[in-house]
Amino acid sequence: MARMKFLCDADRCIECNACVTACKNEHEVPWGINRRRVVTINDGEPGERSVSMACMHCTDAPCQAVCPVNAFYTTADGVVLHSKDICIGCGYCFYACPFGAPQYPRVGNFGSRGKMDKCTYCAGGPEPDGSAAEYEKYGANRLAEGKLPLCAEMCSTKSLLAGDGEVIADIYNQRVAKRGYGSGAWGWKTAYREGTTS
Amino acid sequence: MTALVAKFRHVLGALALFALTATTCPGMEQQPNSVDPTASAVKEDQLLQRFKTIQGRGSIPDIKSYTVEQPAGRDWRRFHEVTLRIIGSVAIIGMLVMLVVFYLARGMMRLESGRSGRTIVRFNAAERFVHWMTASCFIMLALSGLNITFGKPLLLPLMSPEAFTAWSEWAKYAHNYLSFPFTLGVVLIFLMWLGGNIPNRVDIEWLRRGGGIVGHDHPPAERFNAGQKLIYWIVVLGGAVMAVSGYALIFPFYGTTIEAMQNAEIIHGVVAMLFIAAMLGHIYIGTIGMEGAFEAMGRGTVDINWAREHHNLWLAEEEAARRKGVPPAQATPAAGE
Repeated sequence: MARMKFLCDADRCIECNACVTACKNEHEVPWGINRRRVVTINDGEPGERSVSMACMHCTDAPCQAVCPVNAFYTTADGVVLHSKDICIGCGYCFYACPFGAPQYPRVGNFGSRGKMDKCTYCAGGPEPDGSAAEYEKYGANRLAEGKLPLCAEMCSTKSLLAGDGEVIADIYNQRVAKRGYGSGAWGWKTAYREGTTS
Repeated sequence: MTALVAKFRHVLGALALFALTATTCPGMEQQPNSVDPTASAVKEDQLLQRFKTIQGRGSIPDIKSYTVEQPAGRDWRRFHEVTLRIIGSVAIIGMLVMLVVFYLARGMMRLESGRSGRTIVRFNAAERFVHWMTASCFIMLALSGLNITFGKPLLLPLMSPEAFTAWSEWAKYAHNYLSFPFTLGVVLIFLMWLGGNIPNRVDIEWLRRGGGIVGHDHPPAERFNAGQKLIYWIVVLGGAVMAVSGYALIFPFYGTTIEAMQNAEIIHGVVAMLFIAAMLGHIYIGTIGMEGAFEAMGRGTVDINWAREHHNLWLAEEEAARRKGVPPAQATPAAGE
């Protein structure tokens, strides 16, 4: 079974935000919620790098561990999903997440945050694949149709890679070997406790 | 000869020109095959060694999304899933075991001189209302809070995930909204009983004699003995810490960062466990631990003999005030101190 991961090659990211737009449109993500975002570090300085970041679908995911109601589950593909029917909107996954992935419809008063929303790796939720209920809560289920996440699929510079961890790590390592440099797969050590070469 | 010199000058000139171009363009031969544009690039490892989080600039209004990475979530997870459960189990089960052992060894502390049949007002209606408002909120807050820490391993296996979610969601709302009357109660308790809870010389004597908890000793005490003063300050200070750390979590990102909220949750959790353990002791001594103690906060009156045994200095003051003609009901709250 494949182990699905994201890899952002920061040396290729041009901060076009197409991944962000693709995600919002594909899943009809409401206003105020961003399942994916692009962050530029040292913006305007020599050596600035942009990283497209969403849920990294961690190995032994911290959100899943701290959830007080066990709303999360990890699929056979290593994708970390959650049930909005089980979520109580307590916000604990947001404290635990190393990547700021969990989003709430109302980051509001009295802790009434609403049901948590996050990147599903375009794999929907616990409802039947492709059902209307699944689309309404989690967006499109592209993985069930044999397609990869849209953000990575339409990345113009192929900076953002999605797919089996070993395959995308190979692609990245070949790039690094050929061009002679690489600032590393951002977030991999934190999410998967390994780099691309281990 | 001149022609030879002229030829030599041409050769010399050519050599000089070659030497000049060679020195002015040193990079021509040394240019590497590939440029390393990452020489000055930010590196994830370096940033994580220097900072707790990696931050940048984004193009969406959500400022907190500008934090790309905060590996500290892993440490917070360990606290919440392991450390807090150990602290909570040791504090609460430890306290319960101590109380059971103490009860089996000591039993209920009896009223040694029996009941006189005459009573005296100890807590008036307002005081009792504030106490029970705070107490009932505390019990609800404690149970709904413990559900967040212990519900998943203890309660979830006993019910369906949907039922557990329904209960947990209501518990969360109860936890959030009952925090307001609880905090109000703590503030009122602080103001209402502050006068009687300033530590003084009587407390030293009381503590020296162990409060008479073991044996049949009855060290002198004013309206509140040293043990009750300890409970008072646990409630006031513990309640204040719980309120501040709790409201930091209820109002996310109101002047707090994710790190501040992680720390607030750690403080909230640890103090809560100790608070619950302390209140178990308070509930024990106020109910089955001591004969006649519950009446004080239940009906508001205590037997004169109970007051003489446990709060002799307070009773003396009350009786002195009564002889002066001040109604005891009025004398109780203020003059008792």
